[in-house]
Parts: sequence; structure tokens; C-alpha cells
Amino acid sequence: MLIDCPHCGPRDLAEFSYQGDASRTRPDLGSTDTKAWIDYVYNRPNPAGRHREFWQHAGGCRAHLVVERDTLTHEIHAVAIARDAAGGDAA
Amino acid sequence: MAEYSAFSLLKNAFSGNRDWKPAWRKPDPKPNYDVIIIGGGGHGLATAYYLAAEHGITNVAVLEKGWLGSGNIGRNTTIVRSNYLLPESLRFYEYSMKLWENLSHELNYNVMFSQRGILNLAHSPGQADAYIRRGNAMRHSGVDAEWLSPQQIARRVPGLDTSASARFPITGGLLQPRAGTARHDAIAWGYARAADRRGVDLLENCEVTGFLRDGDRITGVSTTRGDIRAKKVAVAVAGSTSRVLQRAGIERLPLESHVLQAFVSEAIKPFVNCVVTFGAGHLYMSQSDKGGLVFGGSLDFYNSYAQRGNLPTAQDVMSEICAMFPSVARLRLLRSWGGVMDMSMDGSPIITKGPLPGLYLNCGWCYGGFKATPASGYSFAWTIAKDEPHAINAPFTLSRFERGAAIDETGHGPTPKLH
Ligand SMILES: Cc1cc2nc3c(=O)[nH]c(=O)nc-3n(C[C@H](O)[C@H](O)[C@H](O)COP(=O)(O)OP(=O)(O)OC[C@H]3O[C@@H](n4cnc5c(N)ncnc54)[C@H](O)[C@@H]3O)c2cc1C
Ligand SMILES: [Zn+2]
Repeated sequence: MLIDCPHCGPRDLAEFSYQGDASRTRPDLGSTDTKAWIDYVYNRPNPAGRHREFWQHAGGCRAHLVVERDTLTHEIHAVAIARDAAGGDAA
Repeated sequence: MAEYSAFSLLKNAFSGNRDWKPAWRKPDPKPNYDVIIIGGGGHGLATAYYLAAEHGITNVAVLEKGWLGSGNIGRNTTIVRSNYLLPESLRFYEYSMKLWENLSHELNYNVMFSQRGILNLAHSPGQADAYIRRGNAMRHSGVDAEWLSPQQIARRVPGLDTSASARFPITGGLLQPRAGTARHDAIAWGYARAADRRGVDLLENCEVTGFLRDGDRITGVSTTRGDIRAKKVAVAVAGSTSRVLQRAGIERLPLESHVLQAFVSEAIKPFVNCVVTFGAGHLYMSQSDKGGLVFGGSLDFYNSYAQRGNLPTAQDVMSEICAMFPSVARLRLLRSWGGVMDMSMDGSPIITKGPLPGLYLNCGWCYGGFKATPASGYSFAWTIAKDEPHAINAPFTLSRFERGAAIDETGHGPTPKLH
């Protein structure tokens, strides 16, 4: 698997570190909605197919990325800098 | 269906092994069952067997989308152990170990359970302390455990680099002598045959594509072989759990699917006589009865439903086995493959009633569900039959995350790739 880092170009998977599902939205920090917090911390859609996920180019520029990848085929559809990627818990 | 015995082996040997009968029937689906079990892996088949054998519930069907045993039960590195730290895990896996010890006899099927021992190597004083603590917890619970010095380890496992110049010198190791390996396919086939002969229908090439419902209640399933109704529907589909439950409208679960690879080398003469794990990295290795070294390491670290892995993990695993046993460096690798595992948020399984009325759930096995097969089937059957958990699976609910009662052996928190 190659990940096309927006800063560094296509690099081997081994340079990256996986940070998990990027589709979750953290409740507002002041929120006392326990159900929402439990859902955020523990529950995952775990799709077979397209999955938005965080990766860090830890062995390169160290940027945090949002990658859209197919969990069935390992095919990568999109790579963006996490800060610029709209939606999700990119904070 | 013939019993296996010394006599039947001899008789069939003389007739050129041409007269063996199939081990189970190939029935057509009935329109109605008391219990449907989705997933013909070890856990589904064991559940069917114990439903029939322990609870007299025989109007049961096991639905398998491929062929029996084509999932993780046939893909694992066959390690059976009960060397856990937490009381809930110890009680569950030791219960399983006791069932293993009688399984060939109970099923009249040689599952080749070999109690050759498992040795967890430690490479730092901190790691040694952690293993000794675990060993003490085990002994408190009546489970066998012994601490071995580097000298004792060198005598026990001659091929191992126990020298002070090893990249990660060995400070000692925790041995569970009663642990070992078993023939993975034989577990599936043994439970399948035993369930079949008690009347359970094993339906292969029968994929569940949806659920029948009456309001909230699950009343059956749609399959590639038609609709089938049941009073109770139990799910035991390992890495496919999220996909199957999505068809019942459950969109999110405390699970992620990850791929784990396994490797087998060419056969060599007897080399290691126990299971050895390399604590400086993550590697477990044993030798099969055919002589191949069977080993694996970490999963690939990202969500995956592909039943194959990627090269960096394979390279990692190879470098670890060479660090541990320098003499295997020039062995050829025969095969590698991947299996899709149901990684839970605390690394422990879920065996429970629900999450919908009429539904029962068995999942979250992470790297380690093979050893659990007998206890998983036993306690899941109990839960289905009585609508309440057995003492050994009572802590393993879906609601434990909400209640703050996670069973997190490694202390990694809700990061499935690390369990
Ligand atoms: C490489 C590898 C090494 C491992 N090593 C070990 C080890 O050394 N020790 C250990 O204890 N554990 C180990 N494990 C884990 C262990 O193999 C599993 O946890 C355990 O086998 C899973 O339970 P199961 O056997 O019921 O699942 P499976 O055998 O995967 O059964 C699930 C079945 O459900 C079927 N299914 C899925 N979807 C549907 C559907 N829609 N309709 C009908 N059927 C469906 C699948 O085809 C499959 O046959 C390992 C796993 C892997 C992948
Ligand atoms: Zn980069």
C-alpha cells in the first residue's frame, strides 16, 4: 500500500501510523450527554468498503492526514491534510 | 455416521480408505427452527453442539455462507492457553482449557490437543515483573504457571538465542505447562459431526442476507437459500459481525475488523517443543506435527476486511523470528494468509443476549478466540437456552462499556488495534 502524502508524495505504508476512524464527532467538551460520549468513545460503524480514517506520516513530514480508503481492497481514494479536511473529529 | 476407533481405522485401512462415510449430512433448510446460529466457524458449531448435548435443544440450524471451518477457525496459529491476568478472563479461559483437556474423548474426534506448554519470554526487569505478577494471579486462580530463568530456558528451547549479546537479551520467561496447540480444522469438524448426529442441520453455502422481524423482535433470517424462521437467532460470525448486524439495523458496535496474518515455513526436523512468544516484539511460534514452523505477529494495524495482509507486517514478523532464532534465517517460507478478526474496544469478547429481542451475540474475539472455542460454545449455548448468562460469560456483556466495567487485559483503552 502506498499513501500519497500531500507534502511528500507517494510513500510506503510503513512510514505511516494509523490513528483510527475519522468519521466520529466528539461531543462538545462541556456536554454531559453520556450516551453521546459512550457512542463517541466505544462505538464504530466499521464499514466494509470506503472508510475515512486518520493517518500520521510519522516517518516523514509528521503531518496528520485524513485518508479515504477501501477496507475490502486496500485501495486509496483520497488523501487530505487533516486540518483542512472538513467534518469529523479533525481537531 | 461411523464412530472412530482403533478398529474402524484398521478396517478402513484394509479397504484402502475408500469406505469412510461423510461426517455430516447435507440437509435442505427447514422453514422453522428453535434456534438459528449464523456462522459455521468453531464458535457457531460448538454452540450448536452444546445446545443439543447440554440442553436437549436439537431443532437447530447452523448457517454458513461458505463451507464449515472456512473462517478464522481454519486460519489461526492454533495456540491454546489460559495465561491471563484478570479474574474474569482467567475464569473463562481456564474453563475452556478444562473442556479442551477432555475434548477428543467427548467428541470421539482426535483434535490433536497437545499440551506442550507456552513460554512467554521477558527481556527487561519490568517485563519480568509483569509476567511474574501474571503468573501469581494465575496460581491464585488455580491455573498452572512457572517462572523460568534464562538457564532453564536455554535447556528447554535449544534454538533460542539466550546469549547476553542477543539484540534483546532474555531475562526469564513465564511458562504455562498445560497450554499448547490443537488441530484447528479438527475442532470445527469434530463439533460439526457431533452436532449433526444429535440432529442439528448444518447448512453450508447459505449466506444470511437479512433479518425477518416482527416490530423490534428478530423472528428469522433471509438467506441465499430462502427465508428461515426461528424463535431465537444467534450470531457468531467473528470479523463479519458489524456487516451482519447492520442488516438488522444495528449501525454501530464496539468493534473494528482487522486483518491478522499467519506464516508457515518449510518442514524441518524437531526444533521447538513448546509454543514460544517473543516479548520484545510481538511474535508467537510453534512447530506443527508436519515440521513446519507456524508463527505470527501483530495485526496490520488498520481496519481491513481483506483476507490478505500487506508486506511491511510480514517483514516485521520475519525480522522478529530471526532475532529470536537466528538459525531459522535461511528457512524458506511456504505459505502466508490473513484472517479478518473482530477486535473489540477492550480486547475481550462479547457473549450476550441482544442487542435486539430474539437476537444473541457472540463476537469480539480479537487475536485469541481459538482457545476459547469450547467455553464460548458452552456459555453461548447456556445463554441462548436459558436466556441468562452462565457464570463464566456473565461479565462479557455489550453493556460493560457503558457501565465502566471494561475487561482490558493490556490496559490499552478503546484502541482495538492495540489489543
Ligand atoms: C491469522 C490468525 C491467527 C490466530 N491465532 C490464534 C491463536 O493462535 N490462538 C487463538 O486462540 N486464536 C487465534 N486466532 C483467533 C481465532 O482464530 C478466532 O478468534 C476464532 O476462530 C473466531 O471464532 P470462529 O471460529 O467462530 O470464527 P470464524 O471461523 O471466522 O467463523 C465465522 C463464520 O461466519 C461465517 N459468516 C460470515 N458472515 C456470514 C453470513 N452473512 N452468513 C453466514 N455465515 C457467515 C464465515 O464464513 C465464517 O465461517 C487467530 C486468528 C487469525 C486470523
Ligand atoms: Zn508527508
